[in-house]
Amino acid sequence: MKQAGSVQQKLRHSELGLSDERVISMYKTMMLARRFDERGQLLQRAGKVNFHVSGITQEPSQVAMGFAMDREKDWFLPYYRDYGFVLSLGMTVRDLLLSIFAKEEDPNSAGRQMPGHFGSKRLRIVTGSSPVTTQVPHATGFALAAKMRGEPSVAIVTFGDGSSNQGDFHEGCNFAGVHQLPVIFVCENNQYAISMRYEQQTRGRICDRALGYGFPGIRVDGNDPLEVYRVVKEARERAVAGQGPTLIEIMTYRVTAHSTSDNDLAYRTKEEVEFHKSKDALPVFRQYLTDAGLWSEEEEATLQSEIRSTIDEANEYAERAPFQSPEDSVRYVYAEEGN
Amino acid sequence: MPVIEYIEAIRLAMHEEMERDGDVFVMGEDVGLKGGVFGTTKGLQQQFGQQRSIDAPLAESAIAGVAIGAAMAGMKPIAEMQYSDFMFPATNQIISEAAKIRYRSNNDWNCPLVIRAPIGGGVFGGLYHSQCPESVFFGTPGLKIVAPATAYDAKGLLKAAIRDPDPVLFFENKKCYRLIMDEVPDEDYVVPIGKSNVMREGSDLTIIGYSMPLHFAMQAAEELSRDEGIEAHILDLRTLQPLDQEGILEAVVKTGKVLIIHEDNKTGGIGAEVSAIIAEHLLYDLDAPIRRLCGPDVPAMPINPPGEKHFLLNKDKVKAAMLELARY
Repeated sequence: MKQAGSVQQKLRHSELGLSDERVISMYKTMMLARRFDERGQLLQRAGKVNFHVSGITQEPSQVAMGFAMDREKDWFLPYYRDYGFVLSLGMTVRDLLLSIFAKEEDPNSAGRQMPGHFGSKRLRIVTGSSPVTTQVPHATGFALAAKMRGEPSVAIVTFGDGSSNQGDFHEGCNFAGVHQLPVIFVCENNQYAISMRYEQQTRGRICDRALGYGFPGIRVDGNDPLEVYRVVKEARERAVAGQGPTLIEIMTYRVTAHSTSDNDLAYRTKEEVEFHKSKDALPVFRQYLTDAGLWSEEEEATLQSEIRSTIDEANEYAERAPFQSPEDSVRYVYAEEGN
Repeated sequence: MPVIEYIEAIRLAMHEEMERDGDVFVMGEDVGLKGGVFGTTKGLQQQFGQQRSIDAPLAESAIAGVAIGAAMAGMKPIAEMQYSDFMFPATNQIISEAAKIRYRSNNDWNCPLVIRAPIGGGVFGGLYHSQCPESVFFGTPGLKIVAPATAYDAKGLLKAAIRDPDPVLFFENKKCYRLIMDEVPDEDYVVPIGKSNVMREGSDLTIIGYSMPLHFAMQAAEELSRDEGIEAHILDLRTLQPLDQEGILEAVVKTGKVLIIHEDNKTGGIGAEVSAIIAEHLLYDLDAPIRRLCGPDVPAMPINPPGEKHFLLNKDKVKAAMLELARY
């Protein structure tokens, strides 16, 4: 990530219209997502929860996406590694821990779904499932509804590189292209679909597929969250202006195994993983803030201790919270009388 | 009361609901300018514009998936599958998504979607323009499934489906489109989802079915009444999911003899569930074993005329089965 060359030069975040306060908030959210994710892995290893799926190293770009959108107007269709994204949209660590522990108070699904299956109507986060890419045509549908109603809402949907091979990716993009809908398709290309490397799945560049749909496709470095912010913000502006969809391919890397049920060293080397860990955008972003005079060692220490206590409290709360009763677990197949 | 065609009843239901509610729209292949390959959506684009009568690209998963997204956003889409044979690419969207949205979000989100799909053969459509796919979707909690046999029910059930807050599969029978005509009032009405209908009162045997084959049963019943003095009691399920258990059991106790008929093939069909319900509740009230007369267990009907005729039910086949059961 480039830093300001001289004191006269405007800082990158200021050039992008991000206030000092907002850029600091971005960093805090990235760090919160990281620490939450680490806690999730720890809880699974300790046998406290059955499953965790990680998004470590993808958080900086996820948070940048969230900050580039309008939380009051837009629609959000995340995929299962998007902790940074949903935290930037107003979901809390307590919500996420309630989900990991599968407790009734989990706003995503009342503990019905696996962790990482986000959804909250209040936060305009659309409920998702496990068969990948089904959310892509849904995003097109949200954008269609916005266009029909003349609302200035944009739908943004994320998915992995593996997902880009599904028919629903093509069908959702094609429909949105034909009807010039306000939707942003974001592929978080972390180079792996479980054990399958990118080259084993896809010959060309995912972003280039946009050419076939008649809208712009942009590849962006996921380790440069300010650039991700810029690209998503521009895509949003185009969408609101009636200029149709954008496909964004965020180049990132999955440093964790696919999930806690996967042994990734069966198909890749430790060296490869370590190389990508060394490119982690989080410390680079902190350095940027420090160089900009916006962040200090003391503030970092305070942040870490705040996050620690937030997660500890949420963890304790979620662990103690009740499960949904078996009686209630059969409710809401259809609308109930009077609601 | 005006007598109208089954297809006109469907078109009128959409037309009236689109006039009543600005959130209702239709989407599918060729539904706009052309008005659908059967003409079911004729005139809707002319009146309501391209935005509310959307010609979708040829991609059924997107037709369902985009409609699901719009429904979650608060619209009331009517997605048309050109033939029910072509809705299988959308099965994942229907079963994994539409059916589970309310449940998986613990009632936070819902999906007020209607998917219309023409079913049934007898039009020389061969394997892939003739199927009855009800059993593929039947038994999926979260979905409602309706299959009207009359113009009156087609209009009333489609209106009920459009106003329903959950996803409804509307299986319209393409053979019924121009063949079936009956009285349909001008006034607004709905036929409630989940309620069967007694088409004919009788005391000798009970026929339970849905969609086109019921008309064969009605014709056969008149002949059996006239020629043999046998009075058939005929129940139209109308809604396949949720099944009207009360209505089924009431119809069975009237006669103690049951013949279940449908065009979908026998194994794993709706009739299997209906007979299980009867066996669970009324086994000792039966005077004869439950009979089923259905399509044979072959992948789908052939296009050659003798093959198609052999696959399909008709009045004579239904009449023979009714007579045999009445004499049991």
